[in-house]
Parts: sequence; C-alpha cells; structure tokens
Amino acid sequence: MRAATRQIPRLLAVLAGLALIAAACNGDPEEAVGPDEPVGGEVVPEDAVPDEGPGVPPEAGPALEDLEGELTIYSGRSEELVGEVFAQFEAATDVELQIRYGDTAELAATILEEGDRSPADLFFAQDAGALGALEIQDRLALLPDDLRDLVDPVFRSPAGAWNGITGRVRVLAHNTDTVPAEDVPDSVFELTEGEWEGRVGWAPTNGSFQAFVTAMRLVEGEDATEQWLEAMLQNGAVPFENNTSLVEGVSRGEVDLALTNHYYVFRFLAEDPGFNVANHYLPGDVGGLVNVAGIGMLATSDAPEAAFELIRYLLGEEVQTFFGQVTDAPEFPLRPGVDAPQLPELADLDPPEVDLSRLEDLQGTLELLQDVGALR
Amino acid sequence: MTSDTPAPITQLEHPPVTEPEARTSRGPRRSAGTHPIVWMPALVVAVAMLLPAVYLVVASSELPGERILDIITDPSTARLTGRTLLLAGSVTLASLVLGLPIAWVTVRSDLPARRFFAIATALPLVIPTYVGAYALVAAFARGGLVESWFGVVGPSPYGFWGAFVALTLFTFPYVLITVQASLRGLDPTLEEASRSLGHGPVRTFFRVTLPQLRASAAAGGLLVTLYVLSDFGAVSILRYSTFTRALYLQYRSAFDRAPAALLGLLLVGLTIVIIVLEARTARDRGGQFGARGPTRPAPVVPLRAWRWPAAAFCGLVVLVGLVTPVTVIVYWLVRGLAAGETANLALGAAGRSLLAAGLGAVVGVMCALPIAIWSARSGSRIARFIERASFTGYALPGIVVALALVFFGIRVATPLYQTLAMLVFAYVVLFLPQAIGAIRTSLLQVNPNVESAARILGSSRLETLRRITLPLARRGALAGGALVFLTALKELPATLLLAPTGYDTLATRVWSATAEAFFTRAALPALLLILLGSVPLAVAMIRERRELL
Repeated sequence: MRAATRQIPRLLAVLAGLALIAAACNGDPEEAVGPDEPVGGEVVPEDAVPDEGPGVPPEAGPALEDLEGELTIYSGRSEELVGEVFAQFEAATDVELQIRYGDTAELAATILEEGDRSPADLFFAQDAGALGALEIQDRLALLPDDLRDLVDPVFRSPAGAWNGITGRVRVLAHNTDTVPAEDVPDSVFELTEGEWEGRVGWAPTNGSFQAFVTAMRLVEGEDATEQWLEAMLQNGAVPFENNTSLVEGVSRGEVDLALTNHYYVFRFLAEDPGFNVANHYLPGDVGGLVNVAGIGMLATSDAPEAAFELIRYLLGEEVQTFFGQVTDAPEFPLRPGVDAPQLPELADLDPPEVDLSRLEDLQGTLELLQDVGALR
Repeated sequence: MTSDTPAPITQLEHPPVTEPEARTSRGPRRSAGTHPIVWMPALVVAVAMLLPAVYLVVASSELPGERILDIITDPSTARLTGRTLLLAGSVTLASLVLGLPIAWVTVRSDLPARRFFAIATALPLVIPTYVGAYALVAAFARGGLVESWFGVVGPSPYGFWGAFVALTLFTFPYVLITVQASLRGLDPTLEEASRSLGHGPVRTFFRVTLPQLRASAAAGGLLVTLYVLSDFGAVSILRYSTFTRALYLQYRSAFDRAPAALLGLLLVGLTIVIIVLEARTARDRGGQFGARGPTRPAPVVPLRAWRWPAAAFCGLVVLVGLVTPVTVIVYWLVRGLAAGETANLALGAAGRSLLAAGLGAVVGVMCALPIAIWSARSGSRIARFIERASFTGYALPGIVVALALVFFGIRVATPLYQTLAMLVFAYVVLFLPQAIGAIRTSLLQVNPNVESAARILGSSRLETLRRITLPLARRGALAGGALVFLTALKELPATLLLAPTGYDTLATRVWSATAEAFFTRAALPALLLILLGSVPLAVAMIRERRELL
C-alpha cells in the first residue's frame, strides 16, 4: 500500500511529463497556419506556385507590403480549401493571421455569443445565410464602396455588409454508369416523375440545399415549393447527411441522381480518377441556383484597414485564379474577367436572382422542411 | 434454503462489515467525517458543472412565452423525445447484453486469446462516431466496399437500426470496462460458497456474481445512455432524428440560438429523469456484499464446447467495431495515394491533441477525486447530487457546452478566453462523469473498514485520506483518466470553438478534411487518433489486471 501511495504522484508526474513532451514536440501552435507549414503547402499542386512567378499582383503590390498588424479570422471555409491563400497573404504582407477554422453556422453562433468582445476581425463563411445572420444583428461593418463594387451586386450583400468571394452552383450529379448524360432532367421539377422514383438523393439538413429551397420559395412561391417537396418525398427522395456522403451515395449506386453543389465531383475525381459521377448543370432552372462563399468584417474589428486589404486580396486576380483554376475543387471566381476553364460560364447558367441572406426566410425554410416531413 | 442462497450469504458477511462503519459515520455524522479538503473543491467543481444549464436558461429566456409553449407542445417535440429515448434505451440494453458476457469471458474464463480480447473488444470506444458511422456506411451501404469486395449485400446501415448498431458498437465498451474492473475486484469466496452449496456455474453467475456487478453495470450503462443523448456524429450520418440532431439543425439552418437552447433545456430535463430512474432502479449498495477486494485470483471457468463460439463472437465484435473502420480508412489512404493525392502525418496536430487531451485527463481526474471520494465514502446527499449534476455537461451536445463556455468565458474569464486552459476546462465539463464513475466504483469495491481501522489506530482524517483512500483510488483514477483522455481526443465542437486560435488537432484535421471530401488527407490523422486513444486505454487495462491478478 505504501508503494501505491508513492505511485499516485508518480502517475500524475508521468502524465504531466507526457503533456510537456507533447508541448515541446508541437512547438509553436501558430506554425499550423504559417507559410512554411507543409500541410498548407500541399494544397497547391507543385507546378502552381512557380507559375505565379514573383507572385503579388501588381495592382495591390505596394499597399500590401506596407500592411502590418494582426488579423483574427473565423473561417467556415476549411483549411484544405483556403489555408494556402491565407499563407500567401501573410507572406506578401507583415500581417499576422490568426485563423480559427470551424463549421460556418457554429462560428456564426459563436460570434453572436461573443457579442461586442469578439476577437474576430473577419468572418469567412461557407454560405450567405450565416453572413446575413450577422448582418441583421448589426455585427458586420459596411465595406467601402470601391471594395463592395468589385463584385456583381447579385453576389454580395445589397447593403454592402459582405462580399461574395467565390460561387458554387447547384447541379444534378448523376451516376454515369446508370444514367447517361442525355437522360438527366434539365429541371428539378421533372424529378417528381415516376421514372425517378427512389432514385434521387438530397441533403435536406444542408445549408446549400436549404438556400435552394429558399430560392424556390422566392421565385416559384410558397405553394409550388411545398407541393414540389411533398411530391419529392412521395417519389421516395433519399436523404443524406451532407453533400459528401450524398455524392458517395450516387457513386455507390444507392441513388442515381443527386441535388448537390458542383465542386464535390471534382474533389472525388482528384481522389479517384475513375470516379463514376458527373455534374449536369441546370441553366435557367431554379435548381441551378448560385450560392456564394463570402466574407464580412466585424463591426468591432480594431484593424479595419488590414481587414479590407485582405478582402481586396481575396478578390485579386491571383487568388481568384487560384480558386477558379488551381485547386482541384474549382469554384466560380466572382471577380469579373477571371475564368474557371473546367466550369461553364457563369453568365450562361442564368441562375435565379435572389437575396440569399434573408434571415426570416431561413427560419421559414426550416419550418417548411419540418412541416412536410423532409427532416425526419 | 436452496432457492434463497444469496441472501444468507450476504447476511453472513454483512454484520461484521457494516457495523463499525455505521458507528463512525452513518447519518449526519457522515459528512461531518469528510475533510474540507474533499468537499470544498467538490463544491467548486459542482458550480462549474452547472454552467451549461445556466447558459441554456439565459439563452432560451429570450423566447416569448407563447413560443416556448409552442415548441414544447409541438407534436414533433414529443416525437423527438420518443425517438431519442427509444434509441438511448435500446442502445443501453444492447450494451449490457453485449458488455456483461464479454466482460465475464474475458476476465473469468479460458477463452482463447483472452488477454487480447479483453483489450481489443474495448477498443471500438476510441473510434469517433463521426468516423465510425461514416466508415460503416462506406462498408455496408448498397454498393459499398463489402458489396464490391465480397459480393454480399448486407442490411442497410441507415435509420434506427444503423444508428442502434453503430452506437452500441462504439459505446458498449463503457459497460465492458467498468464491469471488467468490477469482476477483477470481486471476492471469489462468495462464488465458491455458492458452488459448495450445490449451485452450478450458471446459477452461481446469475444469483451471486451478477448481483454484485449491478452497480458497475449501471454506472457503465448510464454513461452509454447519456452518451447517446449527446451524440451527433452517428445519428446525423445514419439519418436518425434525435434531440441532438434537431438542436444542431436549429443552429445550423436558422442561426437562431434561442429555440436551440430551449431544446437543450428539454434535453437537460430528460437527463434528470434518466438519472433519477437509474438511481432508483440500480441503487448501488457497494458495501452490501462485504467488499473485501480479491483475496486471491478467481478460478478460471472452463468454457468447454463454448470456447470457440465465444471467441468467434468476440472476434466478430472486434471485426465490425474496430477492423472495419480501420480498413475503410486505410482504403481511403491507399486509393488516394494511388491517385497522386498527398497525405501528411500531422505530427504537429498529434502533439497538440496529446497535450490538450492529456491535460484534460489530468485535470479531470483531479477534479473527480474529491467528488468521487466524498460520494463513495459518505452518505452525503450533497455529494450524490454533485456527482449527478456533473452529468449535465456529458449528456448535452458538445456544441451547447462549447457555446455556453464561449458565453461565460468571454465575459467572466476574458484573459483565458480561447486559451488552452479554456479548452481543458471544457473537456472537464464535458467528460468529468467518466472519471468520477471509475474512481467511485473502484472505491466502493474496497471495504470502508480499511479507513475506519486507520482512524481507530490514530491516523488523522487527512493522513487516512493520503495514505489509505487516495492509493485505493489509484486504479480508478488511471481508468478514468484514460477514458477522459480518449473522449477528449475525439471531441470536436468545443475544440473548434475554444482552443487557441490556429490550434488544430487530429480531430479537427479529420473533420475539416472529410467535410470537403479530402479523404486521403483525413486518413493518417484518423489512424493516429485511433492509435493515440488506444494506448492509454490498453495500458490502464493491463496495469489494472497486473495489480489484481
């Protein structure tokens, strides 16, 4: 028993020692977002960085070099997608970035709970609804006009509280083994036909899907939307947890078609070149809604100048080219004049025009989905 | 006599055991016998444990009264309650059905590879449900790996049955571990007495062994029940709506915290009901069998014809709960590397995971010790209440606890906000009951006479605590620490919101990579996470066995 007495402190000491060793191994936690961190470096294929030569776009060059200070960013966009871009911004300026990655909605809730004391300067959101939620609570500052006007009014807050950075379009992804491209419907309204019974997957709990339902309510009206949802359910629409599992479900043949965003197929192709799912675009249909990932500056930010420059940097030609061409999950650059060769022209898609940040409609959509039984 | 054997045995053992204790510390004198160094920190910890509930009251008070009534009386709320209770109840039952026999065959029988199975069957616990459920879908869904590799179409992994199987597999080790520990601590003389009175091994198990395992099985079962209440990973991926899933949906879809907070409060209410019920049905009588600890190793029971079927059963559990998820992750890795994707070892993230979860385990055990000692060694109602109150954080979804600590942290403890200290505190609020349960169970197995003897021999309360009680709590502290460590390792929402900015861990790496379909990049951190969680658990289990057998 005496031996055991001595062992309790020893046990704690061992555990504490382990913790210290871990601390020592791990070094400075900030290295994780630093420019030299190998993980971020891998986001860009090897040939991408050298191609950009000296790197900094001429338009913003001198201003960027003079920038200094520290910015805290809450990013609902994953490090896998944007980590490299932030690292390049740090390399081009003297601004130190503190980046907290997380789920877009959870970060929005965090900012609301933090209130005026929030340490965040910027909020980079996966979808417009989260930015709208902060805008309506007056948590976002208005952007300067010249910054705001970098983006088409359709893809930003009408008041100028946030800007879209990239666009993603809703598509019908189809299993290429079971549904040839020419057989894929051109409108979501055809999905309620008997031919597609039990063959369509969707992700009703997902923000992008709900944004599409919100758009349908605004464009086609409440009744038409409710009828469509009910008809879909009657036709055996299969729910999935998120877009990733949905597209995997199409690949496995659990369903043949999926209502999803365009870029997942590209991600899967990078992991598996023989991937058997392809996108079918829906020009002119409400199902072909364009969502944005966007960024806004918190009203309580103490570094607005650096924050604005970061937004400008994200909309600069270099970064927009990166989002549209270099990553293996290309999105639509929202800066006019930058192309995404793997994607159709945004203008040709003729997406429905709706204000995606309308908060009251988000609750309405949630309730509608609950009422028709899509969320059970 | 033959039909009522356990009772006389109990009575035989009972009087000499409880009487001295009764004299020193029954009734009001019990708490008087507890040293302030035990109950004062326990009270402090208790206040911290109630923060999430307080936050929920504050947040839901923003709702107008009629809206509150609307939500409570909405038929969908009743339906959610029913579905949640159905899942929690059936998973708990299945965990007991799975955990009790596996614990027995891995501790008491001549099962082939017994030592291997004793640990391997507990390891599914280290797999995060958001990884495990995902892997089960990849393996068993229509067109999944099982179908494409073996041509066999299994039952659909979705809906109630999928969530039921996944949560049972990944949480039944709570029952297994606590019951194994309890079995090792049993005094075999009771069972021998039963055998010598003419009972067969089966009858002895049901009439003598099983009743002695009741408290530990109930403790493990409660951890399972309340874990199911809080789980989001499995129920969302496997599409089964529970309270927690609805609550996340409210946060994520409408960005409105007030209705979500109300759902959280209802969940707290549900938790209280479950805890009260558990306390009623499994009122533990730790000392009733005259716990003396194992005076000598229990005899090995030969399984005879059941040896290999039992091994096959244990093997099946390991196959589905551990081998399948690991295989799917390795497949992601190989497939991605073949396609030219890059993987990274994430050693930095592993170090940060180790540090945060390790500190969480150490602080968790230190906070749990006073509560567990107080509650195990006195009849104090306050002690029992505090122990029960600590389940609030454990039963609530991680996002609620995380937002509660955001709310209080930034207002009350501003300098600590989003520091490592804050994260460790969050882990303690979330996982404390696991440590309390393990320590308390280990103490209940030791006859309080030991401490009474020390006191009679002139040792002070403090000295008795230091020289007798703490060393006796050591085994439980090790097991509890391992449990807190591995759950903290898997934890996601609090880590994302409360860790120092830029502090990425293995869990956050896995999450951010899978969310965007970067499976290759998720693979190594996921495997490392499973490995790191397994080691302390295995070590705790091996040490416990060495000490006792």
